Amino acid sequence: MKETTLTIPSDLPRTRREASKGWAWPKLRELWEYRELLFFFAWRDIKVRYRQTVMGALWAIIQPFFTMVIFSLFFGRLANVPSDGLPYPVFSFTALVPWTFFANALAQASNSLVINANMVKKIYFPRLALPIATVLAGVVDFALAFLVLLGIMLYYGLVPTVNIIWLPFFTLLALVTSLGVSLWLAAMNVQFRDVHYTIPFLTQAWLFVTPIAYPSSLLSEPWRTVYGLNPMAGVVEGFRWALLGTDTAPGRMIMVSVLVAVILFVSGAFYFRRMEQSFADVL
Amino acid sequence: MSDIAINVDSLGKKFQIGGRQKSYYRLTDQLVDTIVAPFRRASNLIRGHAGAAADLHETIWALKNISFQVKSGQVVGIIGRNGAGKSTLLKILTGISDPTEGYADIYGRVGSLLEVGTGFHPELTGRENVYLNGAILGMKKTEIERKLDEIVAFAEVDKFLDTPVKHYSSGMYVRLAFSVAAHLEPEILLVDEVLAVGDIAFQRKCLGKMDDVAQQGRTVVFVSHNMGLLQQLCERGIFLQQGTVHTDGTITEAVDAYLQTLERAISQDLSRRTDRKGVGHARLVDTEVTNGSNGYSSVLKTGQSARFVFCVDAFVPGIACNFFIHDAVGQPVTSFYSRLQGPEDTYDPMNGLKFVCELDELLLLPGRYRIDVAIVGDNLLQDFIEAAAVFEVAEGQVRGRPSPPDGKSSVSMSHRWTIPTR
Repeated sequence: MKETTLTIPSDLPRTRREASKGWAWPKLRELWEYRELLFFFAWRDIKVRYRQTVMGALWAIIQPFFTMVIFSLFFGRLANVPSDGLPYPVFSFTALVPWTFFANALAQASNSLVINANMVKKIYFPRLALPIATVLAGVVDFALAFLVLLGIMLYYGLVPTVNIIWLPFFTLLALVTSLGVSLWLAAMNVQFRDVHYTIPFLTQAWLFVTPIAYPSSLLSEPWRTVYGLNPMAGVVEGFRWALLGTDTAPGRMIMVSVLVAVILFVSGAFYFRRMEQSFADVL
Repeated sequence: MSDIAINVDSLGKKFQIGGRQKSYYRLTDQLVDTIVAPFRRASNLIRGHAGAAADLHETIWALKNISFQVKSGQVVGIIGRNGAGKSTLLKILTGISDPTEGYADIYGRVGSLLEVGTGFHPELTGRENVYLNGAILGMKKTEIERKLDEIVAFAEVDKFLDTPVKHYSSGMYVRLAFSVAAHLEPEILLVDEVLAVGDIAFQRKCLGKMDDVAQQGRTVVFVSHNMGLLQQLCERGIFLQQGTVHTDGTITEAVDAYLQTLERAISQDLSRRTDRKGVGHARLVDTEVTNGSNGYSSVLKTGQSARFVFCVDAFVPGIACNFFIHDAVGQPVTSFYSRLQGPEDTYDPMNGLKFVCELDELLLLPGRYRIDVAIVGDNLLQDFIEAAAVFEVAEGQVRGRPSPPDGKSSVSMSHRWTIPTR
């Protein structure tokens, strides 16, 4: 059918589909347009996560709680690891709350694209929504575990210090770190499932290089600052400082951690954008 | 003068497939490569070279140099054999995958129905899934709220709205999924073979809905194998062959061109054909259509027996054969499915890897027919070939009665009249 001259409509937005070359800006505006989807994905993950389990949402608490019990027995009692003068259970649980959030975010977000492969292949939506929503869904578990933490603190007669006003900041730092690492891993996992097998190992190694079972005060400056290169070290020490008032105010270490977390997050977003065009073809 | 809705300009899509077959001079080279390869892949991966990371060096062009324009409000059918690039084209238009070269400009909001029910979660209730699926398809929450009643009514699942969809029958599931998608209101709708869902009554309802969409002046791009349906819904047809535009014209022109090439494909050896779908653990390698009675002649006659034989090359658990007969204009006439068993079905261990389907009375009117064959098994589509065979039906009698010579219909039925006499 030979077309007569067609005019370009002025009132409709134009979308151009073309090959994306090299590195490009992450599609943040589009993600914003789909913010409701982000919310729905997170909501779905929360609703579905503990279906068909006996314990239900208790799992959000059991995980960090029993790790704390084990740590208290072996590191606290047997090995007599110092705990900045605090009861060891509180000391370790304060660190385990953000840590569990981080570890779960990694495990689930890195797999989010693969699990939803069918959707990625059949429907267009900003791919960023999947890993981000998965990480956000973990916030509910985090909140539950946090309540338990407050309970444990009260049990030991500890009251949060004024520093607690900084807690949202450290929570945000944990979130940004989790997102950054998750974006990298999720995008890589699409191409090579090796990532999936690396995660348990990676989280375990990361657990031990983060001051969870031991305090970072074991290190002296400038090594403590260098330790901040692990952003989770900054998060964990920040949590302890904000809630328990450990006297090692984490100034410079936190700055290093924030810097690293932001770098991870931004580079993760760009890497994801770069890989995203191949997702539907590779999955 | 009318507005343009889609402008596709020299679009191409290259896929990287298959691993590299390297030849090594020495064993040590191979050893070294085995050790080095993971590092090379990892470094490619981190630098964001997806293709290179997978060590894929062989390429095929799924689409090459495609250009066309669709004006606003036009309903266009895209046809072509399996692997012709129809789905790839739709995926590029929706934005699911990027083209390798050229571009496609789209004016307005795009909605796509590439597969109903993707994104449904079995653990969530019907209502929850409507919201989730609506959001995935790009609807706003307020929009979904506004249309919820309509969506539910259309799908006829009112009573089960708060039941998790895992308890739904497959019919209900599909109806709800389609209903959500059908209530999208984009300027441009891209549809891929979704109407083959649900029972006949619901299919008709879906068709009505699609017709409405077309009537409302929205642009629709429609991919289907159902020529009858396409001719009913579309004004224009684009026939893709091996990734290029073969015919771009009225839907009748495109369908004719398609049917002609289908006929040509039949002369090709079945096992060599590449225009197939499915996982391929069991593949159709031979088809035979014969007259069942007199010494297996290949002339079929209306009202006489017929025998269809389908040979596969492997056995998979739960293997079954499903074939569809289409008439000369591509309209589906009837289908046969070995999984829907009847009391007369038998198993013959001496038969090898053959499905034999025998009809005592072929109720097709004289004309030319083609068969599309699907082999399923292992809960997967194993193989699907369009036009695996073509056969002619010659004039005959159904229980002693000549068949009506109207040239339009394709089915005759045995029947009995009572005629008034004086």
